[in-house]
Amino acid sequence: MSRIGVFTCHCGENIGATVDCAKVAEMCRAIPGVVHSVDYKYMCSDPGQRMMQEAIREHQLDGVVVAACSPRMHEPTFRRAVSGAGINPYMCEMANLREHCSWVHEKGEATTNKAADLIRVLVEKVKHNEPLHPIKVPVTRTAMVIGGGVGGIQVALDIANGGHKVVLVEKSPSIGGHMSQLSETFPTLDCSQCILTPRMVEAAQHPNITLMTYSEVEKVDGFIGNFKVTVRKKARKLDEKLCTGCGLCIQKCPNKKISDEFNEGLGTRTAIYVPFPQAVPNKPVIDMKNCTFYKTGKCKVCEKMCPTGAIRFEQEDELVTLDIGAIVLATGFKLMKTDAFPEYGYGKHKDIIDGMQFERLASASGPTSGVMKRPSDGKEPKTVVFIACSGSRDRAKGVPYCSKICCMYTAKHAMLYKHKVHSGKAYVFYMDIRAAGKDYDEFVRRAIEEDEVKYIRGRVSRIYEEDGKLIVMGADTLMGGEPVVIKADMVVLATAVQSNDRSEELAQTLHVSYDSYGFFAEAHPKLRPVETNTAGIFLAGACQAPRDIPETVAQASGAAAKVVGLFSNEELTREPIVAVVNRQAAPVYSTCTGCFLCQGACPYQAIEQEEIKARDGQILMTLARINPGLCQGCGTCVATCRTKAIDLQGFSNEQLYAELMTL
Amino acid sequence: MSSGTHHHEHADTLAWRVRQATGVKLAHCYQCGKCAAGCPVATEMDTTSCQVLRLLQYGLPEYDERVLRSESIWLCLACETCSTRCPQEVEIPKVMDFVRGEALRLNLVHPRGKDILAFHRAFLDSIEYTGRLYEMGLVADYKVRSRHFLKDVLLAPKMYVKGKLGLLPHLIRNRRGMKQLFKHTIGKG
Amino acid sequence: MRIGYYPGCSLLGSSREFDESARTVLEALDVELVEVPDWNCCGASSAHILNHELSLALPARILALAEQAGLTEVLAPCAACSNRLLSAQQHLEQHRELWAGVQEAIGLPYKGTVKVVNILEVLDRLKEHIAVKTTAPFTKKVASYYGCLLVRPPRIVNFDRPEDPQSMDRLLQAVGAIPVEWPFKTECCGAAFSVTRTDLVARLSGKLVQDAVKRGADAIVVACPMCHSNLDLRRAEINEHLQEEYTIPAMFITQVVGLALGLDPKALGLHRHMVPVEFAETAGALS
Repeated sequence: MSRIGVFTCHCGENIGATVDCAKVAEMCRAIPGVVHSVDYKYMCSDPGQRMMQEAIREHQLDGVVVAACSPRMHEPTFRRAVSGAGINPYMCEMANLREHCSWVHEKGEATTNKAADLIRVLVEKVKHNEPLHPIKVPVTRTAMVIGGGVGGIQVALDIANGGHKVVLVEKSPSIGGHMSQLSETFPTLDCSQCILTPRMVEAAQHPNITLMTYSEVEKVDGFIGNFKVTVRKKARKLDEKLCTGCGLCIQKCPNKKISDEFNEGLGTRTAIYVPFPQAVPNKPVIDMKNCTFYKTGKCKVCEKMCPTGAIRFEQEDELVTLDIGAIVLATGFKLMKTDAFPEYGYGKHKDIIDGMQFERLASASGPTSGVMKRPSDGKEPKTVVFIACSGSRDRAKGVPYCSKICCMYTAKHAMLYKHKVHSGKAYVFYMDIRAAGKDYDEFVRRAIEEDEVKYIRGRVSRIYEEDGKLIVMGADTLMGGEPVVIKADMVVLATAVQSNDRSEELAQTLHVSYDSYGFFAEAHPKLRPVETNTAGIFLAGACQAPRDIPETVAQASGAAAKVVGLFSNEELTREPIVAVVNRQAAPVYSTCTGCFLCQGACPYQAIEQEEIKARDGQILMTLARINPGLCQGCGTCVATCRTKAIDLQGFSNEQLYAELMTL
Repeated sequence: MSSGTHHHEHADTLAWRVRQATGVKLAHCYQCGKCAAGCPVATEMDTTSCQVLRLLQYGLPEYDERVLRSESIWLCLACETCSTRCPQEVEIPKVMDFVRGEALRLNLVHPRGKDILAFHRAFLDSIEYTGRLYEMGLVADYKVRSRHFLKDVLLAPKMYVKGKLGLLPHLIRNRRGMKQLFKHTIGKG
Repeated sequence: MRIGYYPGCSLLGSSREFDESARTVLEALDVELVEVPDWNCCGASSAHILNHELSLALPARILALAEQAGLTEVLAPCAACSNRLLSAQQHLEQHRELWAGVQEAIGLPYKGTVKVVNILEVLDRLKEHIAVKTTAPFTKKVASYYGCLLVRPPRIVNFDRPEDPQSMDRLLQAVGAIPVEWPFKTECCGAAFSVTRTDLVARLSGKLVQDAVKRGADAIVVACPMCHSNLDLRRAEINEHLQEEYTIPAMFITQVVGLALGLDPKALGLHRHMVPVEFAETAGALS
């Protein structure tokens, strides 16, 4: 016979102003099975909880209904409280009198009656509750970081310094990401590679970090603490143990005219190459698509030249499967290209470049050694126009969001240009100036006040070419929309930050959510920015949304902290609200017929196939088994099962029917 | 219930009437100026397209009147350059069309806009009566309305010689239908 | 091929040569043109500038007449006409509640089934035919001038691309011409201000003429009667504004194609231009 206690909370005015809580408590005393029913101002408070615990002991309650706010708010609180009084936490349920009653109705008798009804229903449920125990799952304490930019490097270092092993996977031949392409960073104008390369080297040399460069994640199976990740190590065509990074092969390669990705198409490289001189690891890669040998069967100069005989033309990709406990996504972003702008010439004008191309021009290690030379004819540009918001905040282009970093890097670009070409004229067409970080606004003011960059508030309608100059047709809205036409030598478009290529594919491989722009989805925009909705997979950096370096690094450390927290136990505890496929003794074994419709329906790949064997090893049947480590308790399989062989702990069919029959 | 449903603008503003008649939401305009930057006649306008939208956004009678009385709305070429490039997809030519209609209805046409208005009226008069444009009639009507009697006086004979100036109007058969059409649309006043 | 034909008012008068050359060329390419019976003016700019309902009713009547004549497609060579027809059609498509009122105004049933096409689309369909029949390639440098209404607004006309379109350039290349790289393909010529603000036309069209010459073009090729009118009829005002005599002719695309097909320049109306088309005698049938 049940001994249930009902505790009705006023929640201050939230419930109390609309529902007559005292009356509700009184009405509930009449429910069969309820032996104790009180109301209180703030049940979640310390005195409230203590009062509940005392009542449990005094009246020997074996079940509790707390009628208060949403379980999403305080279920853990009350479950902990009743657990403290000695009963299983899952014998405590919450009736939501706030969102389901007081917040959606006017004060009155009907509202109070509804509150009592809500409690009655939960009381009936609790009569069918079973004590449940948290599920324990082992944890492999090795993390994988996907993406070797500054974000990924930071995550790897933090986890490694936390005492755990990390595998850092990067798809290009070197770690470093976009930060390694930058010339100087705002707001300090630090040389980007100078501050990054020490970190890169640290990551490469750290005993806990394994670098897998020129590699991509191909498949992810498993669940939190127990992932099985298959990584494709693309063939560098090199025996890495023999290669010393001397660079002779690169010097001697006859195929020198390949468009250089690192220099954003502004320079050329050889077929056997290292993306940039400070690459980590400093070992080259052969570009199979452009290598003369692979195309025509002739050459192999690099092989002949290599002093250690490290070149391996026949090398194939290698698939490696790793046991991983947690994954952090730090795959970064890409920039919109200039060919996305019909009104600026569809990318056909060589002197209309994007922000990253400007970085390469300004960079001392770039195609012009940091000298300002425009791409078309190498002349020094005397007038440069910078256009902010190119493609961002643009509904018509399908990018309504703000790319966040462009206001700052545009100011930086204008300043760098002025520092290199003192007599040059720099104009910035802007809509707003978004400089919200520390020392950021001062940085932009410096560009305007000290480096005499002319800021014009307005957008550019069109750019066309005339007599070797680019005619920029803009407007100044601070002067009533008056047209402003500038004859520029070069135009730099601050193009939109977009999600990286194939980020949707990667998200689907990892089973994480993403938005319509391909950015990975965080679990909660305010309170859980570094977690995804997939347990064990975390996020850091621009792959989630446009962001600058300080924020990326901060977020990276945050994600690392989550991983280290996850790894702090040898076992993981999970809520036992999971589905279970029934098992019985032989010869029935289960009412499950092995149709596996549930497997297809499960959004979390939580349903496995279990073979039931006879003593001699003969397989009698294959039944569905739900992995309690992966199951999220959504109940889809329960609904799908044709024979009702699956039930959901904490929300069993019996419990739910009891609730419905009470109404 | 979306957050926008409990707002309603005052019915008397020009912005509200624009929204009702054309569906264009002026709040979408964030004043970037791209329209004015590409407008072929921006340098001629007293109030650029960008400013026109800004004035309308306020919803104040004196700003509405400034727009209605402006010359700019009559200078608009309806070339659709602005709407094609507008990042917020604001259909500015539709706004201009509507505001012109209102200026006409409320008798607030800018003095220099009157010639342009006269031309269009002459055009419509011509097709109301004959169904197809009678170019000579159009020019004659325009001259009477605008008093620019000597306009293009030298051009006409050249055109005639080249066979491009029909002396007689082209009449459609169903001229009565055209009158009806006009009565049911612009004639409703 | 059999297709409906809507000449529009300017093709009857000030741009008669566009009508002449279109008919001549299409006949040479075995296209039967069926003129929309008793068609009326589409309203051009004047209707939509002054009254929204009028600007819907006039094109609706034309399309209704085409439907009644059993036509499924109508070619409207004038860019303004095709733009107005498409615009009204699309608006009615999205606002079915207006059909009752429109049908009452025009006194005819309207079904919205006619497809409106422009001259470049039709010529593009016939490009193989044109290639076969080209006997006198038009080997001149040309500036293809599309104007505003053929390519804008993109969501209504859905034709080519609104910046740097290519359809006319490709057509011209197909008949042997060399399109020059020039940035003013879709810059407005001054539109309906020919009479009321001739000064604006002089400035805007003057910019086009000047730049076309600077880029080395021998002719400006157009597909819109209003553009032609501004570039040709108003040349005196342009020259006055630019303080220089510009003799570069403005030709209709149908005239260029006609010359390439070896058709008689007179049949193409080349003698009607204000700015003489000198190579009409050297290019085409007589060369």
